[in-house]
Amino acid sequence: MAFSPEDWVAIALSLKVAATAVVCSLPFGIAVAWLLSRREFPGKMLVNGLVHLPLILPPVVTGYLLLLSFGRKGLFGEALAEFGLTFSFRWTGAALAAAVMGFPLMVRAIRLSLDAVDRRLEQAAESLGAPPYGVFFTVTLPLILPGIVAGAILAFAKALGEFGATITFVSNIPGETQTLAGLIYSYTQVPEGDDSALRLTLVSIAISLAALALSEWLARRMAARAGRAD
Amino acid sequence: MLDLDVQHEQGDFTLEARFQAGQGLTALFGPSGSGKTTIINMVAGLVRPQKGHIRFGDTVFSDAEAGVFLAPHRRRIGYVFQEDRLFPHLTVRQNLAYAARFIPEARAGRDAELHRIADLLGITPHLERRPQALSGGEKQRVALGRALMAKPHLLLMDEPLSALDQGIKADILPDLERIRDVEGIPILYVSHSVEEIARLATRVISLDRGRILERAPGSAPVLAESGMAGSFIEATVTEHLREDELTLAQSAAGTLFLRKVPVPPGTVLRIHVPAADIILATGDPAGLSTLNRLSGTVETIADLGSAMDVTVDCSGLKLLARITRLSARGLALEPGKRVHVLFKALAIAPESLFRTA
Repeated sequence: MAFSPEDWVAIALSLKVAATAVVCSLPFGIAVAWLLSRREFPGKMLVNGLVHLPLILPPVVTGYLLLLSFGRKGLFGEALAEFGLTFSFRWTGAALAAAVMGFPLMVRAIRLSLDAVDRRLEQAAESLGAPPYGVFFTVTLPLILPGIVAGAILAFAKALGEFGATITFVSNIPGETQTLAGLIYSYTQVPEGDDSALRLTLVSIAISLAALALSEWLARRMAARAGRAD
Repeated sequence: MLDLDVQHEQGDFTLEARFQAGQGLTALFGPSGSGKTTIINMVAGLVRPQKGHIRFGDTVFSDAEAGVFLAPHRRRIGYVFQEDRLFPHLTVRQNLAYAARFIPEARAGRDAELHRIADLLGITPHLERRPQALSGGEKQRVALGRALMAKPHLLLMDEPLSALDQGIKADILPDLERIRDVEGIPILYVSHSVEEIARLATRVISLDRGRILERAPGSAPVLAESGMAGSFIEATVTEHLREDELTLAQSAAGTLFLRKVPVPPGTVLRIHVPAADIILATGDPAGLSTLNRLSGTVETIADLGSAMDVTVDCSGLKLLARITRLSARGLALEPGKRVHVLFKALAIAPESLFRTA
């Protein structure tokens, strides 16, 4: 099985895009999950719906909405360009699309583990002098770590497979926005591309299985640490 | 000194309480639903009173009228809950040291203090373990230690022993006594156990359906579920009758005969007299085996349906007697009537004879 340089570029780019998407969206994911789990505020339903929208919308629609808002002439795109942050037809745009698509999965996993945290432990921490941020970082965050890991890995897997929103938002430019999924698509469009498409498909499967195995291993390790006898 | 005066409504439950608690252990005693946990949660800052104030020394914990409410983490309290509430992701040592992360006073000399408290509670062998690996009694000891390590100005305990087996309870009671006597921190203690109250309390505040029943020093009638209805009275040991295996003690209402208690004369005892074991007599009782005979006047009569609860004032000592409706009618009891109060020395259980402090 020989990979072309083009294949390697796409594999590396896919990993970079997915990792960037997860790392950058994680703080937001935790914050939104916390808001949805712990706070009552007007418009909560709306926020909840907005977060879940990418899960139910056709990816092409999400990609087009991203183009409208973060494109060169987009609502936020223009303002962010002032700070040197451009998304259109750049790998950063692919990361943004991947982050948006994976966000609902991430928030769901974190929110579920937040809901499961025993609030009485947080009260105990408060009674021991911990201010709200202290309670969060010393009690809540460690307790929801398995949920955060699960959410991050789900989002990572989603990011690796993201295709529709990416190609709509930032196209399929080799070396810049052409991820594994994009390259496989390209191979299927040419008559002699079948073997190459199959090779990359196997790579996709391998990476996804590895991510799954990693999450299982981390979950077991954390469960063991929490329940260790001494 | 804790100064509390609050009114609070929750559904159809109304809490109205006013008391002050100083040094020693102040027990809030009453059946479930009487409002004791609500009160302790108000002091902790977990429940915000709708009306009234809670002050501790110069610190205002809450003042509904002035709109003041101090966040729980600023109150410098130590709270021992009914369940241990230990942090599962931390070791015993880290649980004990938790408050030191946030409270500067707890940080000074933390390690020495940790070892002193771990030794005091006998948990030193478990320091590197996680709470999941401990038994129920060990967990509750760690929870006690964790609260003490916060260098609290006030300790709150909400039925800390109720989840434990009888044997383990008996093991931890001396620890609580030691904390009360050695650490010098005022303690507010919620319980519905006669045994714990009799043994630990410096002062008892009885609650029923959101109201405080009696705050008279020296005695506290307790209206509660049938099993624990009775009165706490205090008496000073005067002498021991060696050959009869009895102890004589002087109470405000007169001399009491008790089972032999191995304490020197002069010791103050708190005694729980069960209401159903009291006999009331209007005439002069003669020819009875009953050793304890006090006299007083009927203060109040409460109709419980199947029985009547009669409070008798014996020279300031309030005693609660539970008698049948038939007996109450037969004796024509009414407030102000002179009665004799009789109870057997053996009616007082050995476990409810305790020296105070």
